[in-house]
Amino acid sequence: MAGKRGRVSAVGASEGRGSALLAVRSLTKLFGSFAACNGIDLEIQPGEIHALLGENGAGKSTLVKMLFGVLAPTSGDILWKGEAVRIPSPGAARRLGIGMVFQHFSLFEALTVAENIALSLSPGISLSKVAEEASRLSHLYGLPLDPKAHVADLSVGERQRIEIVRALLQNPELIILDEPTSVLTPQEADRLFETLAKLKAEGRSVLYISHRLEEVQRICDRATVLRHGKVTGACDPRQETPASLARMMVGSDVASVTAAGTNTKGEVLLEARHLSVPARTPFAVTLKNVCLKVRGGEVLAIAGVAGNGQGELFDTLSGEYPASDASAVFIRGKAAGNLGITARRLMGAGFVPEERHGHAAVPALPLSDNLVLARSQSDRKTFLAGGLLGIIRQAVVRIASKRISETMDVRKSGENPAAGSLSGGNLQKYIVGRELDRQPAVLIVNQPTWGVDAGAASRIRQALVDLAKSGSAVLVISQDLDEIFEVATEIAVVNEGRLSDAYPAHELTREKIGLLMGGMYGKTDGEVAHAH
Amino acid sequence: MGIIEAILLTVITAATPLVLASLGELVTERSGVLNLGVEGMMVMGAVLAFAATQATGSPYIGILAGIACGALFSLLFGFLTLTLVANQVATGLALTILGLGVSGQIGEPYVGMSGIKLQPIVIPLLADIPFLGPLLFKQDLIFYLSIALVFGVNWFLFKSRAGLKLRAIGDSHGSAHALGIHVIRTRYLAVMFGGACAGLAGAQLSLVYTPQWVENMSAGRGWIALALVVFASWRPWRLLAGGYLFGAVSISQLHAQALGIGIPSQFLSALPYAATVIVLILISHNRRMTLINTPASLGKPFVPDR
Repeated sequence: MAGKRGRVSAVGASEGRGSALLAVRSLTKLFGSFAACNGIDLEIQPGEIHALLGENGAGKSTLVKMLFGVLAPTSGDILWKGEAVRIPSPGAARRLGIGMVFQHFSLFEALTVAENIALSLSPGISLSKVAEEASRLSHLYGLPLDPKAHVADLSVGERQRIEIVRALLQNPELIILDEPTSVLTPQEADRLFETLAKLKAEGRSVLYISHRLEEVQRICDRATVLRHGKVTGACDPRQETPASLARMMVGSDVASVTAAGTNTKGEVLLEARHLSVPARTPFAVTLKNVCLKVRGGEVLAIAGVAGNGQGELFDTLSGEYPASDASAVFIRGKAAGNLGITARRLMGAGFVPEERHGHAAVPALPLSDNLVLARSQSDRKTFLAGGLLGIIRQAVVRIASKRISETMDVRKSGENPAAGSLSGGNLQKYIVGRELDRQPAVLIVNQPTWGVDAGAASRIRQALVDLAKSGSAVLVISQDLDEIFEVATEIAVVNEGRLSDAYPAHELTREKIGLLMGGMYGKTDGEVAHAH
Repeated sequence: MGIIEAILLTVITAATPLVLASLGELVTERSGVLNLGVEGMMVMGAVLAFAATQATGSPYIGILAGIACGALFSLLFGFLTLTLVANQVATGLALTILGLGVSGQIGEPYVGMSGIKLQPIVIPLLADIPFLGPLLFKQDLIFYLSIALVFGVNWFLFKSRAGLKLRAIGDSHGSAHALGIHVIRTRYLAVMFGGACAGLAGAQLSLVYTPQWVENMSAGRGWIALALVVFASWRPWRLLAGGYLFGAVSISQLHAQALGIGIPSQFLSALPYAATVIVLILISHNRRMTLINTPASLGKPFVPDR
């Protein structure tokens, strides 16, 4: 097989060492000719917290899916307590003693907590027993849960607790956590770390997947670093600096973003006045009296844990779901609250929604078509000919598409490939570039770098900062605090549909933001620290 | 027997096939599969049940034949949509058209033949209760089965572990697969249960409702059954109530004619469909109710990434 190239182990593990709980030998997974994992070697000792570090697309998820029996390896061996095993299904993995907490929770929203837990337990245990056992375990590990609650009504942090309790109920020896803190407030993350320490003290092993260097250094005993499907390093993370870990992860030093200057105070270009929007679905959030102002030259970042009204706020500000009241949103001083997205684009605003596939872009269509779809009205004169007929000027569009690709360093196969064929990071660069190319006076972006590799993320953030420097107002909705501190001049926090006041970025600390995310307002005195 | 009693008896007869067919579809849809072929499976069950009864002289063999035929016919749908991942809507429609055509072909020699009616089973003592006795305890096997199945399905879905798994698959098949639940296998079983119920409903038509074979004798009941599932927001008890409501509406035309009420019969035969439309509008208006009960992965194909 093409993938089995017998890579020399980066861990330096000798054959037949029996002490490891789990060992992986030259594990390879091919998707067609693409090697998502290429000759991976990995060893996890009993009672250690082992970090699996890597950027998006490094092969972390593929690797753990093979360990948990969700994907079948193309070649290579998995050794459990020294013995070669085949893991054909998640059930088989659980029987071995492997538990998994997924990044995108595998929970069922329509079911209750107890029902969700019961699903992954061996048959024969009655639902009431499950509920009892679940609440006992959840208290033991400091993860309070109500077994009768419906998952749909729970916060992301609570949902993760269900996943963890669910894994713990099987009494596993190895627990795999896939990016567990990406959705948590700092306080919730601290609680999780306490739980992990308890697990470790009991002699269980944890495979901790993350790209957050700070956390890995704080809680992990060993780290294996992946890049492009290969192991690029194995180390004790506490002996490393964040910079050295990042180099192993990214390969080269990541360009740091130059933040926007705070001295450029322009006019207010985007404003929301007492914006209240009822929830459209039972699972949506009601926006309550949201007020915000973004001046030219400013980047206002809205922090918050997922599902606190970010999507709803974006929809209302962009006009995907206009508000009933025109004076709820002002764009460049004009009331726009009840206008649709095209009308708002014509007023000089640009929007980048959260989902790349199927929302910001049609995956099956080439980039040029995606460009026309977004800008056919705002750039009608340039892109369309024939008046009402609206014939697309393909040559002009392609030149514009090429310009965007070059400006944003979009790497793609061929001149004008289908949007879906680009990697997440490159498509995101294109989508952001598509709006930036118009030089919008107001740009609203939701999760600009979600699931994007560090290189692309840095490129996108720089572009946002540069747009603000050129005098535009930029609103960034993000869950990534690193990102927020990199780009923002002002920061506000959304919690349960309410938006906090905006604070200058240099006056806020992570702790303060974490408190705001958890809905704790008014505790500002004395604890607003200086630069972070 | 009073007039009200007589009318209620006909309502029960009209409602039973609707309850059965929609109950099967409810289970299928709870597993996340949308099978629009109810009408086709029902009519196939009707013709096979009739043919088997004629051949053996026993309507009970006819019932078994109807059930088996519906289940086998739905297996075709299952193979196309679950194994070959064909579009569920298109395949379901094709199944209906195919069923109507094939049943006409099979039933050709039976047209005009007088059938054997399934006889009621009188339950001792209970049948002597005034008014209710003859209505509920002097009925045929299929009626008793329909009520038992509503109880059974409700228990299965909300009290049993297998039912929990089925609901989980319907809510999110990806997560269910990740938990090691057999998505495809469960869906096959759910589809076949749906087919068996539709086949039983068909058998009721040709053995109880009008004991004879007429081409297209399902007469759109499969479509009403589909609407009924949505009407019931995927809950068995609401489905039972809805089935009797729809049955009453569909039977009212006959009674209106008999009583000499001057309403055009076309209007009355359109009533169930009009009621379906009105109910669908009312339900879709209540987004909350629909969203919480609707199986979230309904109609979406599942392909394990392996």
